[in-house]
Amino acid sequence: MTKSKASVCTPDQQRELLRFMLMAREFDTAMLRLYRQGKAFGGVYSQLGNEAVSVGSAYALDRRNDVLFPMHRNIGGHFVFGQSLDQLMLNHLARNGSQMRGTDGTGHYADPALRIYGNVSHLGAMIPVAAGFSLADKLRGITTVSMTYIGDGGAQVGEVHEALNFASVHKLPLILIIENNQYAYSTPNSMEFACENLSDRAIGYGMHGVTIDGTDVELVYATCVEAVDRARRGDGPTLIETRTMRMRGHAEHDDFAYVPKELLEQWAKKDPVETYIALLDKRKVMSRDEATVLREQILADMIAAIDRALEQPWPNAEEGLKNVFMSEQVGG
Amino acid sequence: MIMTYLEAIADAIRVEMRTDKSVFMIGEDIGAYGGAFKLTKGFLDEFGPQRIIDAPISESAIIGAAIGAALNGMRPIAEMQFMDFVTNGFNQLVTVAGTTAYRWSIPVPMVVRGPSGGGVGANPFHSRNSEAWFVHATGLKVVCPAFPDDAKGLMAASIRDNDPVVFFEHKGLYRKIKGEVPEGEYIVPLGKARTVREGKHCSVIAYGSAVHMALEAAAMLEKEGIDVEIVDIRTLVPFDEDSVLASVRKTGRAVVAHEAVMTAGFGGEIAARIADKAFQWLDAPVKRVAAFDSPTPFAPTLEKAVLPNAEVLAHTIRRVCSF
Repeated sequence: MTKSKASVCTPDQQRELLRFMLMAREFDTAMLRLYRQGKAFGGVYSQLGNEAVSVGSAYALDRRNDVLFPMHRNIGGHFVFGQSLDQLMLNHLARNGSQMRGTDGTGHYADPALRIYGNVSHLGAMIPVAAGFSLADKLRGITTVSMTYIGDGGAQVGEVHEALNFASVHKLPLILIIENNQYAYSTPNSMEFACENLSDRAIGYGMHGVTIDGTDVELVYATCVEAVDRARRGDGPTLIETRTMRMRGHAEHDDFAYVPKELLEQWAKKDPVETYIALLDKRKVMSRDEATVLREQILADMIAAIDRALEQPWPNAEEGLKNVFMSEQVGG
Repeated sequence: MIMTYLEAIADAIRVEMRTDKSVFMIGEDIGAYGGAFKLTKGFLDEFGPQRIIDAPISESAIIGAAIGAALNGMRPIAEMQFMDFVTNGFNQLVTVAGTTAYRWSIPVPMVVRGPSGGGVGANPFHSRNSEAWFVHATGLKVVCPAFPDDAKGLMAASIRDNDPVVFFEHKGLYRKIKGEVPEGEYIVPLGKARTVREGKHCSVIAYGSAVHMALEAAAMLEKEGIDVEIVDIRTLVPFDEDSVLASVRKTGRAVVAHEAVMTAGFGGEIAARIADKAFQWLDAPVKRVAAFDSPTPFAPTLEKAVLPNAEVLAHTIRRVCSF
C-alpha cells in the first residue's frame, strides 16, 4: 500500500470531494434510521467506511461521456454522477416516482441520461455487462470508460474472471475496483482467497493491477485518474483493490458480532470522512466549522428529501402486472 | 431460392447485418473458422473482425458483453457453439437480460442463438432441448423454427426485436431440411403459429423437430383414414394461444409434441391452456408426446429409446382418435 503526499486536487476539488463523501455518509445514516423506524424495507446495505472509494473513483471519470456501474456500497458515486437526493430516496423506498416503478429497489436502478447502470443482487453479473457497454462504443470508434465494482466476496465469482479476461483480450477501457472490506457477509478474507493481494490477479489477465488504501479519497482519485488515462490511451483495463473495513454488518439485520471489536476500533481511526475533514482543516482548505455547516445543510436536505419521498404513495399494484417485455412498452 | 435450414439462418443474419450497422456477432470460433457448424462461413471476410468477434470460451462474458452492448444501442447476436453451453451463461440471460425491461424499461435487443436438439449421436452435453427453462425465466422471448423460411423470417424478426430472444436452431434440421426461402429482407413476426397441414380429426401442436415428426406421422395415418392437422407454434414466447385453441375447437382432439423431456416441458403448458379454454370442445384427453425424463444418451440404441419419434406420435394420435 502507498500513501498520498501532496494533494493532487485543487481546493475546489477537495471541497467537492468532501461534500460528496458527506452526502454518502449522511445518506447511509439516514437509511439506517429509516430501517430502524420500519420505513425502509428489504436490505439496507451500509457503505460506512467506503465513502472514499466510491467518491474518489467516480470523481476520476468524465461523467458526460464515461459510464458508472455501481455496486451496493457505492452510493457516493451516484451523487458524483449527478443523481438527486429525491430520486435516490424514491428509488430506495420504492415509492411512486421510483425509476423502477416498484419492480425493484435500492441502487438497482438505471438512469441512462446520467450514465448510471445499477447492479443486480448476483455479485459479478454486471462486470461483463460493463465490458460490453464499452465494447459497443469501441465498435463505433469511441472510447467510453466503464467503471465498476465488486467486493472481496464477489471477486470469487466466475463471471469476474470471464469479464476481466475478455476485457483484457479486447483491450477494453474497463476499470474494476475490488472493494476489499475484509468480510464477505460473515466470511473473512482468509476463507475467501489465498493470494496476498487481490490485485495480484491482474498479471494473470495481462492487465495493470494495484492495491491501495481505500480510506484516502485523494489516493483513490489519483489511482483512478491513472487508470482512466490508461483506458483512454487504448492500453486496456485496470484492476484496483481498495482496502477498507466494512463498519456495519452485511446489511442492517446483521449484528456483525463475528468481527473483532479491536479491528473496528483500529479502522475507526482511519474513518475516511473524519480524516479528510481534519486534513482539509490542516491544509486550510475548509475549517472544521465550515465542514460542520456543510454537513448540517446536507443532513437538512436529506431529511427534506425523505419527507417528500414518504409523502408519495406506493406504486399502483398494476405496475407489477405489466412491462415484462419492451414490446408492451412505449418505445418498445 | 432453395436453401437449407442452416443457410436460411445465415442469410437472415447477413441481410440484417448489411442493412443495420448496429448488428454484430460474438461467439466462439465464428470468425476465420466460420463457426462449428460453418453457419458464419464467409462472414469475417464480408463484415470484418469488428463485427464478427471471436471470443474466449466464456459464455458469461459473451452473453454479458452482448447485454452491455445492447444497453448501449447495438443489436448483438451471441452464438452458443452448442445451446447446451448456455448453462454457462445462464445467469446473464435469466438474471440480467430477462429482468431489464421490467425493472428499467430499457431495451436489451439481443439474440442468443445456437444449435440444440438430439438425434444426431452426440452426447448428453451436445443434444439438450432447454427451451422451456427460458420460458419459465420470464422476460425472454423463445423461438424454435422448424422450416428454412421460418428460420430466416423469425431470425430477422428476433434481431429487430427490442427484447432479448433465445433462438433454438435444431442441429438435426440444419442440412436435412431444405425449402423455398424468400430472398432479401424477410420477416416472420414472433408470436404467430403456422398451420402446416390442415386436417379434421386431430390437432398436433408442435414446434421444432417435432413438426417434422408430426408430418411423418400424418402421412402414415392418412393411409388409415385419419386426417391430422398440424399447428407449428414457431415461438414459445410469445405463444399464439388463439391459433392453438382455434385448431382444437375445430378438430376436437389434441396431441402436443416436442423433442424436449416431458415433465414440466412446454407441452404441459399447452395442454393446460387447451384443458382450460377448449374443454367443452374436446372429445378425448389431451396427450403429450415428448422425450423420456433423462439426459439425451450417447449410444444410438439408447438415444432412439429416449427421444420421441413419428411412430410413437402416430400411435398416440390413433389412441386419441379412437377414444
